[in-house]
Amino acid sequence: MHVLTLLAVLFCISLLGFRISQGRALLLSRTTGLHSLPYHHGQFASLASLLPGLAVILLWSLLEAPLALWLALDHLPVPPNLADGEVRLLTAEISNMAAGYGGRQDTALLAAAWHYRELRETSFTVAATVAVSVSLGGLVFAWRRVTPSYKARNSVERVLKIFMILCSALAVLTTAGIILSLLFESFRFFVHVPFTAFLFGLEWSPQKALHAEQIGAVFGAVPLFTGTLLIASIAMLVATPLGLLTAIYTAEYAAPHIRTVAKPLLEILAGIPTVVYGFFAALMVAPALRDTGAMFGISISSESALAAGVVMGIMIIPFVSSLADDIMSAVPQSLREGSLGLGATQSETIRRVVLPAALPGIIGGILLAASRAIGETMIVVMAAGLSAHLTANPFAAVTTVTVQIVTLLVGDQEFDSPKTLAAFALGLVLFVVTLALNVIALKVVRKYREQYE
Amino acid sequence: MNSRIPPTPLPSLSIQSAQSLRARIRRRHVAERRFRFYGFAAMFLTLAVLVLVFVSILSKAYTAFQENVLSLTISLDSASIDSTKGSTTGQRNPLTAEYRKLIQTALAGLFPAVTDRHERHLLFSLISEGAPYALRALVTRQQAKIGGDRTVDVLLSDEADQFLKGHITAHVYETERKIKDLQVTWLKELQARGLIHSRFNITLFTAGDSREPELAGILGAVTGSFYLVIVTLSLSFPVGVASAVYLEEFAPRNRITDLIEVNINNLAAVPSVVFGLLGLAIFLNGLRLPRSAPLVGGFVLSLLILPTIIIAARAALKAVPLSIREAALGIGASKMQSILHHVLPLAMPGIMTGTILGLAHALGESAPLLMIGMVAFVVDTPVTLLDPATVLPVQIYLWADSPERAFLERTAAAIVVLLGFLIAMNTIAVMVRIKFERRW
Repeated sequence: MHVLTLLAVLFCISLLGFRISQGRALLLSRTTGLHSLPYHHGQFASLASLLPGLAVILLWSLLEAPLALWLALDHLPVPPNLADGEVRLLTAEISNMAAGYGGRQDTALLAAAWHYRELRETSFTVAATVAVSVSLGGLVFAWRRVTPSYKARNSVERVLKIFMILCSALAVLTTAGIILSLLFESFRFFVHVPFTAFLFGLEWSPQKALHAEQIGAVFGAVPLFTGTLLIASIAMLVATPLGLLTAIYTAEYAAPHIRTVAKPLLEILAGIPTVVYGFFAALMVAPALRDTGAMFGISISSESALAAGVVMGIMIIPFVSSLADDIMSAVPQSLREGSLGLGATQSETIRRVVLPAALPGIIGGILLAASRAIGETMIVVMAAGLSAHLTANPFAAVTTVTVQIVTLLVGDQEFDSPKTLAAFALGLVLFVVTLALNVIALKVVRKYREQYE
Repeated sequence: MNSRIPPTPLPSLSIQSAQSLRARIRRRHVAERRFRFYGFAAMFLTLAVLVLVFVSILSKAYTAFQENVLSLTISLDSASIDSTKGSTTGQRNPLTAEYRKLIQTALAGLFPAVTDRHERHLLFSLISEGAPYALRALVTRQQAKIGGDRTVDVLLSDEADQFLKGHITAHVYETERKIKDLQVTWLKELQARGLIHSRFNITLFTAGDSREPELAGILGAVTGSFYLVIVTLSLSFPVGVASAVYLEEFAPRNRITDLIEVNINNLAAVPSVVFGLLGLAIFLNGLRLPRSAPLVGGFVLSLLILPTIIIAARAALKAVPLSIREAALGIGASKMQSILHHVLPLAMPGIMTGTILGLAHALGESAPLLMIGMVAFVVDTPVTLLDPATVLPVQIYLWADSPERAFLERTAAAIVVLLGFLIAMNTIAVMVRIKFERRW
């Protein structure tokens, strides 16, 4: 908790800087005109004292642990030609010992651990001193800048703008982080398993991946892809007609007061957490389906694709309906009036004029919903199966890409095994597919919108 | 519609063709009504499913808010409580007394006929594993109770509780259920003697997770969720607003800002589980942050809802009319001042609404948290942001997976609590919108 105290001290200095710079500027403003308002000078002083101090702490926290370890290792009479893994083991041992968790009774190691601990303590003292003095330096710097001509406001605004640019860049950084981490870990996976064996293999049983020669054969992801497609298709079969017809009703037929009640109610369906749908699917829909099937002599697995698919379909109804509703409402009224004026009934107008005009947008909405269905996790984790079967039977248990990602990563601590890396390869496939669907959908929707604007 | 209209004037229509025309119109009107009914039926069905989801969960949940207790008369005489065992000073030490024995003796006293070892074991297993600890806490809290016989409410085990609530029926074969015929007769006898009554299940709200369903509660998960939402809010709100202001007000229209824009739109549709992979790869393996920590969960969820907040904030900023900016600039404000002092405050209701909805999304999210280890079995309530914790949706997932019958109703109850939080947040969002929204 040393660091927190240090941060508090820095904030105090920054606050102090604000007060004294503002005070000086106020005094000055009685005699002469200032370029910037007194509080701008105050803000400038608080930034000038806070930011360098924070930068020092950040730099220190990034560098101190590895540097201290490196120095501590240097302290050891290390035997030459130590393998990379051994060094890592040794460093882990030293840092554990330094934290007070026993360890081997090895005097050299113990000495290194002590050395390491001392180094870290000293480094913190040094870092704290540097941070505080840099911060005070910034304060003095800003205080001396309190002159009538100094453009404190511009400086503060520049800092603010840089902060804003960094924040906007975070979105790009996130995407880059996703792509890079997925690519990097997938690449490590494809060192173990050939790319084609993964993409076209028909057997998925990662728990068998014990021996090196088996690894290539048990990571065939085709059953996962078909399982995902099966469940997503069932979901779309439920969501598309229901969502579309609902949208037609709310957009074209419903009286305004029904519309204002029905639309938020439909949105609730999209706001229910997916884990709730998972519970609903696994503990209510699936047993009901199994019992119904047993009545008609059909054997329905209690982890059937049907239960997960139907519930997922319910979840994505609002995605289809609200987008389709928006798109249909955007169709110009003149088209409808033209059709009605020729004697068509309202349903004929909808089917032959409104729907064709809105079709691209509706397709975009359906694609977006499909990408939701493919990426949905909790419903399938709770209601679909774990073992991969290559089947198109909706009554059988299938597994999906997202289920496997979760099961491969939950509980497994080891990060270098092909099992955990396989999750990243699956994640990469999932990311690419959903991204493609989204890009196409957004393109289609945008193109359509431009048509009537 | 496709048929050609006869060129001859109307009076010359034959009766036959007039009839067929009328029939056609009738058919078209029937089709119209049918189509309209389909639309209505679809909407009705969807809303009916919504009601079904809520009703089925509520119907499972409501019994979880009650628990059954047994009024036992336990002899809390000083001799058994003032155990000096383990105490070197010879002082009375209520902590070391054998409360399990006390309860078991009292229970055996109700059924003197039960002497068989196996049967006695069955009898004692009607009482919750946590009952001795509860009794100990009671005695330590109220030392005045020591001495003589006291009637104390003792919590029943989850199976006995489930039987009394009617979730386990005696109709199935004895081997198929956890509660045995003997236990059923005992419970019925106790009920007949009026010793069993139900009370509000306070444990559900004051305890952390437990392997014993009757001792499990959601406090730990709710605290974890609260921490997570706080971290997410304090990261995603400033960052989201700052980037929205930059993109909407400052950014030049060029390839880079276009790229950022497309990026944000696509990021909003990336499956949440992929964010979990990102968190695992970068925060856990790259930066070596602890597993299961609310801080890391907050990082991941902030990235997840950032696009939502940015999109909402940009829409809110866009809705503020240009005249506000021009007026501020016209009287000498800098661009930054015009935005910070005028545009942003006016856009704040919209931004707040978007943020609350984003947070509601984060509160219900569980898939990415599974990846970063927030599925651990955590008994203690987290205190700092780095303690292992779990969150409400993940707790629901864990309980839904448990084989014990009694966890089913508790899962449903946890869902009710989660939905309650979400409904509250959405209501606040709607209220903010109604109260502060300005139409220009």
